[in-house]
Amino acid sequence: MTEFVAFSPSRREVIALGAASAAVTSLPANAQSASSLSNSPSTMQVFFEINGKPTGLNLDTRTTLLDALRELLKLTGTKKGCDHGQCGACTVIVNGQRINSCLSLAVQHQGDKITTIEGLGTPDNLHPMQAAFIKYDGYQCGYCTPGQICSAVAVLEEIKAGIPSHVQGDITGRPKASNMELRERMSGNICRCGAYSNIAEAMAEVAGSKA
Amino acid sequence: MRAFTYERAKTPAEAAVAVDGLQGAKFLGGGTNLLDLMKLEIETPTHLVDVQDLGLDRIEEADNGGVKIGAFVSNTALASDRRIRRDYGVLTRAIVAGASGQLRNKATTAGNLMQRTRCPYFYDTNMACNKRKPGSGCAAIGGFSRQLGVIGTSDTCIATYPGDMAVALRVLDATVQTVKADGTTRSIPIGDFHRLPGDTPQFDNVLGHSELITHVTLPRPIGGRHFYHKIRDRASYAFALVSVAGVIQRDGSVRAAFGGVAPKPWRVEAAEPYIKADRLAATRQIFAGSRPTDENNFKITLADRALAAVMAEAKG
Repeated sequence: MTEFVAFSPSRREVIALGAASAAVTSLPANAQSASSLSNSPSTMQVFFEINGKPTGLNLDTRTTLLDALRELLKLTGTKKGCDHGQCGACTVIVNGQRINSCLSLAVQHQGDKITTIEGLGTPDNLHPMQAAFIKYDGYQCGYCTPGQICSAVAVLEEIKAGIPSHVQGDITGRPKASNMELRERMSGNICRCGAYSNIAEAMAEVAGSKA
Repeated sequence: MRAFTYERAKTPAEAAVAVDGLQGAKFLGGGTNLLDLMKLEIETPTHLVDVQDLGLDRIEEADNGGVKIGAFVSNTALASDRRIRRDYGVLTRAIVAGASGQLRNKATTAGNLMQRTRCPYFYDTNMACNKRKPGSGCAAIGGFSRQLGVIGTSDTCIATYPGDMAVALRVLDATVQTVKADGTTRSIPIGDFHRLPGDTPQFDNVLGHSELITHVTLPRPIGGRHFYHKIRDRASYAFALVSVAGVIQRDGSVRAAFGGVAPKPWRVEAAEPYIKADRLAATRQIFAGSRPTDENNFKITLADRALAAVMAEAKG
């Protein structure tokens, strides 16, 4: 049994391996090998606050905020989906605003306050949005869920702050946390399992707009 | 991604000087488009000059009674500004019709203008593309062209300018303010900012290598009812097949600019006086000289109907 376990890599190791080989195979056909690059990697220091904890890193300038979180700080709750800002799995909250961490360089975030899914709640003390996702079955496979939850928390703040949306009738008025508003505002988070309607229900409960 | 060095400039002039000396240098705004292109090695800067500390993150009253928008103001901040929502509603409408909440939080005003086309042949580095690799040809011509341009295109490129914000800026007669490394500034009417591809599709706009956008200014409010009607393959988070930014006055006179159809926001002022009386004739004039493909000729009919929808809404 011990041998069997030793031969069976963890899910995380499998994913890490998959990501590494994907990175190699997805290299553009016209890309030159690393050895022929005229410019060598450049490293820099960056200091920011992650989930309330001051953090300093010395990193390659090419490191995205997403890779800094996952690979250097081992905060693997934030997920890498498309790595091109199309799926929203990498959504984190920076200085109170949700962003795609895959489309941001870590060095752009000097001094920023960053909240990831690990900073929203703990298994023993869930954030209300986490509890609502469980109550309403707001996920199936769970891969997009950390991004969905970070996005959902920020969306309710955006509605409170009066940030307008595409489906708002009167853009000079205050938006409401209606089902249509929640769906429109969450369109940057893709869920291939299709838990969308349950996610909107969970958000409505947290927003207090659900009877 | 190719290796690069990174610095943060402190003033607009300093940023322009930092880029001026280096052929491989580029300005970095929010990074939402540039970083994506760097991952694909479509953009390969050797040095990035981050412009987030230049103090260009404010929306102010302009001397002309209009509004002066800092280049680094985020799309979200611009769409949410009380004056913009009240007096320039078409701009708020256009911005919130584009991208996702996450992207709008990071994307900047200048970056939105500077974004590259989303032509799939530009993005696929295995394909010929004169915009990405001058002289390599255009695989889009004769390829899958449903999303691509119908007017203003050339024999070397049929890509569109993909954004929504600039279409509203075009109908509002905005001006792009820049500074060069030698300290000189210039004001570029938005209609002259993006250029048609001709034989040099690699140049999307008229800016010099180290010319930095500092502000976008809007003239005093023009009143009227403001609309941005965007037609796309899904209800949210997709680029336009066709969009129309329209401002319609009480007397029925119309200003209209179209997105998703050309290498730049498409507006023909000469046709506007006729829109009210004979919309179809006016649309024909707006799209005179168009060169659609079999796959995208529907865009011209769709543009006319989008304009009709906006005019109907203005009456209702």
